[in-house]
Amino acid sequence: MLEYLLAFLIIAGGAFTFIGSLGLARLRDFYSRLHGPTKATTLGVGCVLIASAVYFSRGEAASFHEILITLFLFITAPVSAHLMAKAALHLKLASLAERPEPRERD
Amino acid sequence: MIDTALTIAFTLVGLAVALSFWRLLRGPDAPDRILALDTLYVNTIALLVLFGIQIDSNLYFEAALLIALMGFVGTVALCKYLLRGDIIE
Repeated sequence: MLEYLLAFLIIAGGAFTFIGSLGLARLRDFYSRLHGPTKATTLGVGCVLIASAVYFSRGEAASFHEILITLFLFITAPVSAHLMAKAALHLKLASLAERPEPRERD
Repeated sequence: MIDTALTIAFTLVGLAVALSFWRLLRGPDAPDRILALDTLYVNTIALLVLFGIQIDSNLYFEAALLIALMGFVGTVALCKYLLRGDIIE
């Protein structure tokens, strides 16, 4: 039973990691490319790390190292994505979206 | 069962590393390259953890944690450089 859960988590992690990088390689502008790695890849690595935590907890002692790495990744991924988006806006990279209408002043 | 799953996951993560590397080489602008580097280090963590499961050793968590820390600091420093032209003001 545990073996099936582990295999599922490992394959799901690999698949999500692959989908994230596929998005990074295939999407057409920077702002949409930002979505792939920051969401799908983080989820994939989270799956792999949880699989590793379960795998190394089957003996006598529970293993918490992976939880630490998972927490760290889940905290830092949005921060770095925000900084990259800010840098891209600062450099005025081309976007596929239309420019927003200028706001009317009352 | 787990061995088959590990082989499939290694293949998928290896393909992911290749795709991010392609974006790193090709990326038209600097933020694309930073994003590709960010993805590369997250993929490397996945590879290390999978390798740790395969050889049944928990020596690699510290390496993965260090890569996560240093990768985050590197991404922040590169973005800061693009934003301000300087890292520490």
